[in-house]
Amino acid sequence: MRSVVTAPASVLSTPGEVVDPTDPEVVRLAEELVEVMRVSPGCVGLAAPQIGVSAQVFCVDVTGHPKAATTHGTFVLCNARIVEASRWRPGREGCMSVPDLTGDVKRAGRIVVEAVLPGTGEPFTLTTDAFEARAVQHEIDHCAGKLFLDRVAGAHAVYQRKVYL
Amino acid sequence: MYELAITVIGPDRTGIVADVSEALAEVGANLTDSTMTRLRGHFAMTLICTGPTEAEAARALERVTGGGLLATVRRVEPEADSAAAGEPYQVSVHGADRLGIVAAVTRVVAAAGGNITDLTTRLTGPLYLLLAEVDVPAGAGDELAERLAVAAAELDVDVTLRRSDTEIL
Repeated sequence: MRSVVTAPASVLSTPGEVVDPTDPEVVRLAEELVEVMRVSPGCVGLAAPQIGVSAQVFCVDVTGHPKAATTHGTFVLCNARIVEASRWRPGREGCMSVPDLTGDVKRAGRIVVEAVLPGTGEPFTLTTDAFEARAVQHEIDHCAGKLFLDRVAGAHAVYQRKVYL
Repeated sequence: MYELAITVIGPDRTGIVADVSEALAEVGANLTDSTMTRLRGHFAMTLICTGPTEAEAARALERVTGGGLLATVRRVEPEADSAAAGEPYQVSVHGADRLGIVAAVTRVVAAAGGNITDLTTRLTGPLYLLLAEVDVPAGAGDELAERLAVAAAELDVDVTLRRSDTEIL
């Protein structure tokens, strides 16, 4: 099983390639992402660059998280893009790929995302909110070669991480 | 390899950070953690760097200080592996400025075993603001909130203690 890549690693700063969702390698990548997410304590989402693959594929599962409202269980999206974003709110977030820092990042509390599903290639529109929306935005950023560090609210909005899962 | 704690403070002007960091780089000083900010027209830099001796760093800084810019350099021991921290909280205090707000609030935090890891104060007109990041011993947050409320009432300021929830994504 692949391990999680940590910064600084060029793959985390490189915009991921658009993928063919029907490509068997992409389907396998989707499976791997879910596998790594499942074995990583507290992990609620993982993007392909985080396991060393520069591709626009990510998985999310926020089931049972106390800050979640709308939830869609475990899902994997390819080539996702945000088409609507509203209810912007600050929040402190960290990342498995930046293990020692956290930061305050403003994210939309409600989003609409257009993507395609791995395997079938079927178009999929995801409408979600609250914590699932934050997780999806974080993963879409990874697919674009961005870390939460690129979005922190200011020079004093980054903190040493104190609690490890 | 030496680890140095360096402070630089002086009237704010363009280029202080560039001058200081360039002088340090020239003697092989690698900046690690630092914080730099403007405080009522003074620019203050506090930084840890590794590399040169205390004397080498001090000589390098002599070339760029002066004109009111003052630097101090001292050797420090590298950070020991710290034990697991407590629970992260944020304290915010605001109200009419008066003597002793920081002293009173931080004494309450210390008495509860809270460790302040970051603190900023601002005075703007009559309004005083204190924001702090605090590691609080596990389970001690509610009691600290109560003690802070008592102190705030005595100071006639408003205080909020809230948990810094971090979501790892």
